[in-house]
Amino acid sequence: MNGSMTALAADPYNMIITGVGGQGNVLASRLLGNMLMAQGLNITIGETFGASQRGGSVMSHLRASTFNDLSPQIPKGRAHLIVSLEPTEALRVLKDYGSEQVHVLCNMRPIHAIAVISGEAQYPEAEQLKGWITDLSHTAWFLNATETAMEMGNPIFTNIILVGALSATGVLPLDRDIFEATITRMVPSDKIAKNLEAFDRGKELIES
Amino acid sequence: MSYLVQGKKGEQRLFMGNEAIARGALEAGISVAAGYPGTPSSEIIENLAKVSKERHLYVEWSVNEKVALEVAAAASFAGLRALCVMKQNGVNVASDFLLHLAGSGTRAGLVLVPCDDPGALSSVNEGESRHFARLVEIPLLEPGNFQEAKEMVRYAFTLSEELRTLVMVRSVTRLSHASGNVTLGELPPTGSKAYFKHDGFILDQMEGAVISSPVEYKHTLQQERVQKAAELFEESPFNTYCGPPDPEVLLITSSACNLYSKEAVRLLQAESRVGILKMGTTWPLPPRFVERHLRMADTILIVEEVLPFLEESVKILAAELAPTIGVKTFYGKRDGTIPATGEMNPDRVVQGLARVLGIDYQPVSESYAQKALESAFFGAPERDLTFCPGCPHRASFWSIHNALQLDHRQGFVCGDIGCYSLAMRPTGYETLKTLHAMGSGTGVASGFGMLREFGLDQPVLAVSGDSTFFHAVMPALANAAHHGANITVVVLDNSGTAMTGFQPHPGLTVDAAGKAVQALDIRRICEAMGVEVRQCDPFDLAATQAALLELISSRQGPNVLILKQLCALSPERKGKRRFNMHIVETICMGENCGCNRLCTRVFKCPGLIWDKVKKVSRIDDVICAGCGVCASICPAGAIQKEAV
Repeated sequence: MNGSMTALAADPYNMIITGVGGQGNVLASRLLGNMLMAQGLNITIGETFGASQRGGSVMSHLRASTFNDLSPQIPKGRAHLIVSLEPTEALRVLKDYGSEQVHVLCNMRPIHAIAVISGEAQYPEAEQLKGWITDLSHTAWFLNATETAMEMGNPIFTNIILVGALSATGVLPLDRDIFEATITRMVPSDKIAKNLEAFDRGKELIES
Repeated sequence: MSYLVQGKKGEQRLFMGNEAIARGALEAGISVAAGYPGTPSSEIIENLAKVSKERHLYVEWSVNEKVALEVAAAASFAGLRALCVMKQNGVNVASDFLLHLAGSGTRAGLVLVPCDDPGALSSVNEGESRHFARLVEIPLLEPGNFQEAKEMVRYAFTLSEELRTLVMVRSVTRLSHASGNVTLGELPPTGSKAYFKHDGFILDQMEGAVISSPVEYKHTLQQERVQKAAELFEESPFNTYCGPPDPEVLLITSSACNLYSKEAVRLLQAESRVGILKMGTTWPLPPRFVERHLRMADTILIVEEVLPFLEESVKILAAELAPTIGVKTFYGKRDGTIPATGEMNPDRVVQGLARVLGIDYQPVSESYAQKALESAFFGAPERDLTFCPGCPHRASFWSIHNALQLDHRQGFVCGDIGCYSLAMRPTGYETLKTLHAMGSGTGVASGFGMLREFGLDQPVLAVSGDSTFFHAVMPALANAAHHGANITVVVLDNSGTAMTGFQPHPGLTVDAAGKAVQALDIRRICEAMGVEVRQCDPFDLAATQAALLELISSRQGPNVLILKQLCALSPERKGKRRFNMHIVETICMGENCGCNRLCTRVFKCPGLIWDKVKKVSRIDDVICAGCGVCASICPAGAIQKEAV
């Protein structure tokens, strides 16, 4: 992969991967970071861990650049891409980091906040959420990655499906070979085939 | 083989700051590492434990931070390089020994890495460890990026041996838990030998007894070491200046704030107006180096987190140098240009710097910002933290809360540090009424438990996790037992240090490196203190509540209830359901039931969903962990469990 520098739409290119604790957000950001680093880019990732398994909002800031002195926190309004594992989290991130230029890839499976479960707050309708997100972004893709992961037998593949989908959007240089080389280093060998399947299923969700 | 020790010198890796720190310690040739788990520090010891066999290291999770520092110090006294790691709170715990160690000095390199948590992202305070360096008079280094995190740790060992003192390298959450490119260095050969020489001349630091007296003499030596450190720091490559030779504003910064500052200058396109002096050696400051840069500008902005530590040090130097460098105008925390609480980020630095430079900065158009704010307000309901689905603590606090309600005497629970601190929040039924340091729940309860003669007749409870029990509850319980404090200590034993990622503790049969070790039995320890002990499965709500009611009614000194059930995230439990749960829609009466949706409105497990359309509760199959507890709380019997 030569010429990766020119493959980025901006320098630094700022991505936010967001979701709820336990959704595999951290693994996804490390995976994407390694895939982009393999192409000669400097990577900076900032993660919020503390609430990671405890139902709170979790966000990873991932930046790819020719610079090597980037802040692990993206400045306000400067995200180029938001990958959201949960739709209300996409809105929450758009509020601080979005702009007219931002691209959004959003998994539509809701995870109800405690206030919603208890009845103190309302969870918005899916169509309404899509409308808000579309209105706040340059391009938005919506998909049901969790359902696809459950068809594969385990919701744990949701994040890999999203990475596959992201590769199909073409906003970043993320091809299947780089995914395969990177995931091979990150997971035990008996899990590679299933991860490749998840990546491909994700691609199909965008291409179809 | 762990990727931490793979790869040749010069290769690049995407390392988390904590991995970079661990790698730096390996490149420095450490033999021993000890620490106590605490976010954001835990991955340093975890990563070292993974490579302990192939790198011939001894790595342990110590019972608490004071002991961790003592263990690491012993290695230094025996001629081995050692690393000690903890979060900011840990330095408070270790500080008693720390003060003495700074006085006695060290032999082989000894480095303390505290990881502070500005903004308290995973803490209940944003305390700063930097002040301990000044307080106990040891050198302090603060890495400004990921590569430096590795390099500085390696250098800290050299410095420690040059000065024969402990050296502190302070990280923060956004370095420890952030990742960036790191270029690998060489790993030295292993095979160091330990020997403690102790029969030399008493004042011989390398051969005599290790002691901090004669105090005045040793204290003088200690201050001479700090002086020498300042001299060495004059030439340190970790202190850098970037910007024009005559900037309008000199921005002085350290740590992760270095990255925020660079970003802020770029965002404001102020590269020609602002110079950034990044200090890596923040205590003691090298005076001549700082003086040279103070001469560059009359307006100084200091950016750091959390308290004005660097700011104060620079101002002292500037006051001393005023006759030669003139009067400077300072902006920073003391005048409110930079907030003195909370975490920094590029935006906060932009805000402060823009004010000093007189620039107006808008990150996005006002119309977009307004639209986004409104959508998020209506579309993104706030997410409170909650106990994980299947967490035994949700069940425990349900029982504790109910027992206290049934008792009617306004009993209360003194809280403690761990996942179960969440019981301060509605999701834990707001059961905790005090929350301080590790072990303080039992210590504070011990005090409350002595107030009967002053008319305090409320039941007093304390909670403790299993790791916390060994860390600091044991002395508090000994105190309560010895003095006969009327308290009930509930040990929430989920068999691991779950809050920080399931590190082993003395109650378990494996150590950090996975080796079989002796497990200590909490029940027998409590019994040895002469305390009545009961044990229940917190998933058995009825038995737990009955035991609790009985224990809080007893008026004979302290007693203990151990609620033992594996953490839902433990390797043994994770992803394995005990029950398949389902809701019989015809039985669930929802809002019309006398319970008025007890399961979702009050019990609040995230594995349950309220179906607005059908007006019944539902199980969320993606989230439910299959613990079966909700079946016990449904008064209609609509939630049913089926053993897997």
